[in-house]
Amino acid sequence: MIDKNSYVRIRKTLLEPKERSKNIPKETSLVPFKMWVKGFLQSDADLFDIVTIKTITGRYETGRLKEAYPCYKHGYGDFIPEILEINNIILNDMEKINHE
Amino acid sequence: MNNEYQEFMSKRNDIILKSVGLDYSKYEFKGIGFDYELMMNDQGYNLEKIIKIQSENMIGHTPLVELKNITKYARKFAKPGYGARIFLKDEAANLSGSFKARRAALSVHQAKKLGFKGVIAATSGNYGAAVAALAAKEGLKCIIVQESFDSKNISQPEILEKARKCEAYGAEVVQLSVGPELFYYFLKLIDETGYFNASLYSPYGIKGIETLGHEIANEIMNKVGKFPEAVIITNAGGGNLTGTARGLKDAGAIDTLIIGASVNLYGLHMASDDDFNKKSFTTGHTGFGIPFSIFPDRSDVPRSAARPLRYMDKYVMVNQGSVFFMTEALAILEGMERGPAGNTSLAAAFSLSQTMKDTDIIVVQETEYTGAGKHILPQLSFARKNNVELKFGNPNKEIPGKNIVFPKDGSYLKHQDIDLNELRKSYLKRYKKIELTDKDYDYLSKELMVSIKKVKELMI
Repeated sequence: MIDKNSYVRIRKTLLEPKERSKNIPKETSLVPFKMWVKGFLQSDADLFDIVTIKTITGRYETGRLKEAYPCYKHGYGDFIPEILEINNIILNDMEKINHE
Repeated sequence: MNNEYQEFMSKRNDIILKSVGLDYSKYEFKGIGFDYELMMNDQGYNLEKIIKIQSENMIGHTPLVELKNITKYARKFAKPGYGARIFLKDEAANLSGSFKARRAALSVHQAKKLGFKGVIAATSGNYGAAVAALAAKEGLKCIIVQESFDSKNISQPEILEKARKCEAYGAEVVQLSVGPELFYYFLKLIDETGYFNASLYSPYGIKGIETLGHEIANEIMNKVGKFPEAVIITNAGGGNLTGTARGLKDAGAIDTLIIGASVNLYGLHMASDDDFNKKSFTTGHTGFGIPFSIFPDRSDVPRSAARPLRYMDKYVMVNQGSVFFMTEALAILEGMERGPAGNTSLAAAFSLSQTMKDTDIIVVQETEYTGAGKHILPQLSFARKNNVELKFGNPNKEIPGKNIVFPKDGSYLKHQDIDLNELRKSYLKRYKKIELTDKDYDYLSKELMVSIKKVKELMI
């Protein structure tokens, strides 16, 4: 169970596929238009329950509870050997210039 | 169709009007045009006042550096006597890490002045962080609305980082899935909160950048005794280009060539759920640059203050691989680690410099901050995860969404021209069936920076 007042992230469907704008590519028109937003849980709940939250600006939003205590997961990704190759190309080009 | 969706879209003009505190109808001409200069100069912000507001908020007077090593590198591939000196304005030094703070400063100042309780902006880019930072300083609440994830709940790492930065300044971030319906929810939030729409396209959003044009003109004049021959500007929604060009001209640099540069994302649809995570640039690309040039008023205000075809002398594109390549060159040759998207104009300048005399000066007018998510490593790592192939070769053979081609060596990094007359023709398409008056033609001539005779030619 996740306690009332915990900081959480919810997901909400704002428009079903049939409710979406007519001027969008087919693949987009087949999927719902959704929102993620974070805030303080207004009552005790379990993951995937439909809950109400109070956002940091004081608004209320209702949606499915997806995550408690959301953290930032983006970082610097995997090792990309091509970056070392780019650096090598640049330094080689410059070395040739310095010898000319 | 959802009734609420239709309801908000039909109320859009009323909602927007209240949220920018600006009556656009007073600038409208009879016919198709409007008084652009009056709209820009009618908001009570002159240069002195803008500089004061920005200075008090740690914005502007960013370092102008000569990229001596990159210039030397470019000259390797130029004919004798060619290879313009490349200068760079380090806009990452602004509050919140990009030139966008210049734009946010006036919007947030205006919101405070008019007594709004909060500000709201629709942006997945650096502008969100800028609005959030300035709102924090002014004690205003802030909501940033982002297009953020696809139907598989996968987000661009760059956009996740921008969300984090907005939250660091105390803003609420509303993240939406792919699609133009973002505008509907944006309107709904404005209506619900009564906050000020800190639009990128209001006169405040553009006038704030005029100081950047002034700084470039004056600083180059002080350093080398002349105005720069060219200033190159990364172009997406058109505001950066419009504001910088206006500032340069206002400072007297009327002969400086205004060059727009965008990342080539031809073939990727901006509203496509499938294409969303196949691109490695979320801004500064042709997917915004082209449509906003040919129809500036597609923005979130009735009349956009960003009108790039009024100022653009030349428009070029570079591919994703070239921008990543130059991002590395900036780090390992000049000791400046800066965000990839902001280096679009730098990549173009490297190639353009080779077409200019070695006594000429080309100024790259921005950099942006870099960090987790918003960096060459996670962005390439994300591309690879989305089955985009990374390879070396001729970057101009790159197919956006399929591969990223890095230059095999510096000689392969070449810009490609975008035909401005083709853009002008596209702009004019919607007026073909309308009976136009002399006043309309005069307006179109200013909009497209060509003679009335040329407007008529392009319309055929």
